[in-house]
Amino acid sequence: MDVFIQQLINGLSLGSIYALIALGYTMVYGIIRLINFAHGDVYMVGAYVGFWATTQGWGFLPALVLSMVVSAILGVVIERLAYRRLRNSPKIAVLITAIGVSFLLENGGVLALGAKIRTFPNVFPEVQYHFFNGAVVITNRQLVIMVVTTLLMLLLQYVVHKTKTGKAMRAVSHDTQAAMLMGINVDNTISATFAIGSALAAAAGVLVGIYYNAINPYMGIMPGLKAFVAAVVGGIGVIPGAFVGGISLGVIEALVSGYGQSLYRDAVAFALLIIILIVKPSGLFGSNVREKV
Amino acid sequence: MTEMLKQYFKMSNILVTVAILVLFVLVNVGIETGYIDDYYKLNLFLICINIILAVSLNIINGMTGQFSIGHAGFMAIGAYGSAIMTLKLGYPFAVGIIVGAVAAALCGILVGLPTLRLKGDYLAIATLGFGEIIRVVILNIDYVGGAAGLNGISQYTDWPWIFSLTVITVLVIKNFMTSTHGRACISIRENEIAAETMGIDITRYKVIAFTMGAFFAGVAGALHAHYFYTIQPTTFGFLKSFDILVYVVLGGLGSMTGSVIAATGLTILSAYLQDYAELRMVIYSLLLIVVMLVRPQGLLGTAELSFDGIRRFFARQTGKGRGAGNDSAVG
Repeated sequence: MDVFIQQLINGLSLGSIYALIALGYTMVYGIIRLINFAHGDVYMVGAYVGFWATTQGWGFLPALVLSMVVSAILGVVIERLAYRRLRNSPKIAVLITAIGVSFLLENGGVLALGAKIRTFPNVFPEVQYHFFNGAVVITNRQLVIMVVTTLLMLLLQYVVHKTKTGKAMRAVSHDTQAAMLMGINVDNTISATFAIGSALAAAAGVLVGIYYNAINPYMGIMPGLKAFVAAVVGGIGVIPGAFVGGISLGVIEALVSGYGQSLYRDAVAFALLIIILIVKPSGLFGSNVREKV
Repeated sequence: MTEMLKQYFKMSNILVTVAILVLFVLVNVGIETGYIDDYYKLNLFLICINIILAVSLNIINGMTGQFSIGHAGFMAIGAYGSAIMTLKLGYPFAVGIIVGAVAAALCGILVGLPTLRLKGDYLAIATLGFGEIIRVVILNIDYVGGAAGLNGISQYTDWPWIFSLTVITVLVIKNFMTSTHGRACISIRENEIAAETMGIDITRYKVIAFTMGAFFAGVAGALHAHYFYTIQPTTFGFLKSFDILVYVVLGGLGSMTGSVIAATGLTILSAYLQDYAELRMVIYSLLLIVVMLVRPQGLLGTAELSFDGIRRFFARQTGKGRGAGNDSAVG
């Protein structure tokens, strides 16, 4: 039971990271039907910006904000240069471009920064809180991850549901043509979506840097893919779905490694993906869209 | 009867056969005499393996229009399957290749049946997932060495083996493409709903395409394993799948000759860049992005390069030079 609760807590903090990245996937997919493979690498860039800022002696919050802003700009630039021209091309062309951008960021990162693992500065000296006679441990870093994720989620809900940009985003994702006819600037709305998604990924990057203390240019591949799995599990295009999917994936992975199968951890996420795709392709919260001829 | 013979002994077929034989003999003599040293030999073999991988992925991605990005997984099955046969069980190389390829094909069916209900992006991710699962499972099997990999495989792959298998692969796939079944696959690529309306069993042909692609990827895996003495699960990761995908996309989705040209060219390019692995990947990814932005159909699109085509092209050029103006006669 102790192992279960401990892994549940570990899973919640890991899942928060996945959830933050999954949000970007789901928002971008919801609006332009593209799996933005480069999203995991935006998360990596976010981690590096956070690394730079904290080694310069910035505090946690300024570093987080800087990293989010830089990555938001990066996301917008990627969309502008690589995806916008292909908006009316076959899907495969855009998907391949996204894979290309992803590899460009990774290997460009290696060229520019070196492949070695960087150690994140110790922003929060670790404090452990013990429960159940020390059988269950929560660290302050895990708490920070969960609190920041929750706050960002609330902020996102506010932006999507209460602001004009959010309304435009929902309209474009519902029906791009109609939104355009209603006078919504579709290009700007898509840019805003990329900016918000990338900023959330960057926040995840900084949080991971603080949690695991180590970052490298390839760190975005696996979490990126898994976050995509999380987005699909929750129902791609559905924002609360991404959150639930991310948290559940994190908890499942933590439980699998907690019960001694850590080598299979990576396979579990993909197995979950395939099961979901076969049983309920629209995901937990998605609605079925019938194909029309 | 004579008509049929005429078709078989067309000028272009004879030319191709002669060219293949000459190439085979020349390189074989070169290797025997040591004129082609180990470095060139390595790259030649890599070119052949990559050609097999590229054309086999092209059946799935180019011809049938399905988007698979887990091709290295099938290659891994072929590599491990064949290595187990020769190394652990002591069977000859030929048995190893066949078992490896069949095992990969079975995996292709296994992957194909459930995932082919999916379309586009979802299929891509599912195949990627399967590729990763294959890798992780191999990583966890101690019998095949786990993360350390399988060592001490005999080097059975030589020029006659690799060249003949490459030629056979390309020929089989090329003929498949122009057969009834191949055309059915192409119709699925062009318009799935229309194809279904015309009575084509979509799922069946998708599974056939997947199985064939996996089979030949398995062959490539077997050749790879028996040339490099050792195989590791990391060799067959997403990066390898990405490499294969680049060949296919760059050559043109649906063009076999395009795949062959791209696989050859990029293998030579990466031989020159082997000391700069990251730079190579940056060039690959830039190439991919630029090709998609400028020429999304790839180098050749869906066209094929053939002797007939080249002859027609020159005939047209000279025709224009003379001002004959009977271009319409040239299809």
